[in-house]
Amino acid sequence: MNDIVKITSVKKESADTKTFEFKMDGKATAGQFVMVWIPGVDEIPMSLSSTGETKSITVKAIGEATKALHELKKNDNIGIRGPYGNGFKTKKKDRILVVGGGVGIAALIPLIRETGADTVIGARNKKEVIMEDETKKYSKNVWVSTDDGSYEYHGNAVQLMKEKLAAKKYDMVVACGPEVMLYYAHKECAELGIECQMSLERYMKCGAGLCGSCVIDGMRICEDGPVFDCKQISKLKEFGKIKRDPSGAKVSL
Amino acid sequence: MSLLRTCIGNLELERPGMVASGIMDETGDSMMRMIKLGAGAVVTKSVGSVKRDGHVNPSFIEFPFGYLNAMGLPNPGIDDFKDEMMIATKAGTIIASVFASSPKEFSSLAERMEIFGASAVELNLSCPHAKGYGIEMGTDVKMVHKIVSTVKNTVKIPVYAKLTPNTHILADIGKAVQDAGGDAVVAINTLKAMSISPEFAMPVLSNRFGGLSGPALRPIGVRAIYDLRSALEIPLIGVGGICSWRDAAEYIMAGASAFQVGSAIASDINIFKKINKGLECFMKEFGYSSIEKMVGAAHE
Ligand SMILES: Cc1cc2nc3c(=O)[nH]c(=O)nc-3n(C[C@H](O)[C@H](O)[C@H](O)COP(=O)(O)OP(=O)(O)OC[C@H]3O[C@@H](n4cnc5c(N)ncnc54)[C@H](O)[C@@H]3O)c2cc1C
Ligand SMILES: Cc1cc2nc3c(=O)[nH]c(=O)nc-3n(C[C@H](O)[C@H](O)[C@H](O)COP(=O)(O)O)c2cc1C
Ligand code: FES
Repeated sequence: MNDIVKITSVKKESADTKTFEFKMDGKATAGQFVMVWIPGVDEIPMSLSSTGETKSITVKAIGEATKALHELKKNDNIGIRGPYGNGFKTKKKDRILVVGGGVGIAALIPLIRETGADTVIGARNKKEVIMEDETKKYSKNVWVSTDDGSYEYHGNAVQLMKEKLAAKKYDMVVACGPEVMLYYAHKECAELGIECQMSLERYMKCGAGLCGSCVIDGMRICEDGPVFDCKQISKLKEFGKIKRDPSGAKVSL
Repeated sequence: MSLLRTCIGNLELERPGMVASGIMDETGDSMMRMIKLGAGAVVTKSVGSVKRDGHVNPSFIEFPFGYLNAMGLPNPGIDDFKDEMMIATKAGTIIASVFASSPKEFSSLAERMEIFGASAVELNLSCPHAKGYGIEMGTDVKMVHKIVSTVKNTVKIPVYAKLTPNTHILADIGKAVQDAGGDAVVAINTLKAMSISPEFAMPVLSNRFGGLSGPALRPIGVRAIYDLRSALEIPLIGVGGICSWRDAAEYIMAGASAFQVGSAIASDINIFKKINKGLECFMKEFGYSSIEKMVGAAHE
């Protein structure tokens, strides 16, 4: 529901990414998101990077609203609506490989915490690698890729994922990150016949399944997703190709 | 014959429930999905002449009793909407909702929609949160008459007018629609409303005010249809807060030949299947052999 919450802590993850903690009643599951209101600026969707009684969002500053969020300090108030979306659905016995690209790793932390799953973190360079220590708290095997090779594996997250899938038996890949990354990760999983779940993004207004602004092929990211499985994604014609702007007009990705 | 078949003038529907304008109807694929999930027809998102992003977020608030929205008529513009119509009209009956700021603009939009394959056009004379459109024209009896008659002179498909509850002259506006040759009245659009955050001492919606939808609206909508049935001869389509077959039956018995569902789709995409089934059971149990027999039953 709609709530005004006090920020209880702010943690800097990298030059452009911060985690904001706040207390919010109600249950939330791994992979769900909230709508965050920054008064006078905007209201935007953010995945929960922790889902307990103390919840958090991890925000990369890329535009007006996210930069305004970065200005906020401990004890400042923000509006929170939600949680929304379906979240990840995994079974205890699943051997999972988690793949997080960029700030996408934040949405996966609750799942990593619950399952201790092996994790691939992808970033452009060493400075942009976030939440590696947090991930290592819960997961035995954490591998990092950087596009420019400035830290650990030289290459992108999908290349590293491929190597890990070849080296060990996994039942499922769970991924969140830029859509190009997800596009190739999905392609790989579909070819290898490995089940996957991916968290997708589209422009959101209501966040609650009503306005239709977030649809991809008629599926609402906010209510039917944001997490879709391998079979569902295979059917999406717009995945990796087309998104919609706030007016509903098509834009190439 | 299917028990649920209904007629709005000469438009026949296999099922009386349609998707209300603005909910899951911005894209061809969404509309197709709703038809497959049991909607008898889909009313499109209200479309205008040019692309509009709508109001800045927050444009939506949840309450236990409904929703408050100020989407601000986002739409890709009539030219781009052609692609969506081409997909949607293949799947079923599509009623095209349009908004405009003059009778001429309304009729040219309606004309385009007719070409795109719409089965009827619904004139949005009732949006409570977009300046210069909707309510501002839809509560002016003379203007309503002019808009409806201009559109009627332009297109062959049926013309419906969607009215606002934000007025005390609803029956007069309805009469203007009927006198101008309108084929049906759709009622109601959302109720103008506002919510304020005490913490920030400011309205939550960026547009300050918006429109209330959902269960809270239902008794107002049912009353509006009841009043309109007493005043008009043309068919009525009821909308506002319908969440179940019982709610739909209320509207039908108040005088609506068909109904629309918006807000309830948010949490239950299968709502039409459930309503259809429930309505059919009720009709069998209570001996109604057709929707027509139920229409206006509460007036007798
Ligand atoms: C389900 C979901 C979960 C997300 N989780 C996170 C997260 O955990 N951390 C994070 O840093 N970012 C996350 N995002 C992305 C985040 O919402 C955008 O980065 C943010 O909205 C940008 O706003 P801005 O004003 O700073 O940038 P702008 O300059 O306004 O926009 C930059 C980009 O962000 C997109 N964007 C802007 N507004 C919205 C909106 N209302 N809905 C969707 N996209 C929008 C635009 O399409 C554009 O591509 C998530 C998005 C979705 C849909
Ligand atoms: C998010 C949202 C967007 C809407 N957009 C439109 C619109 O574009 N045109 C219109 O005529 N009505 C619009 N409406 C009003 C609905 O069609 C309907 O009249 C109203 O919501 C009452 O029905 P409900 O309680 O079933 O939602 C919108 C309603 C909502 C909630
Ligand atoms: S954001 Fe409105 S339906 Fe998803």
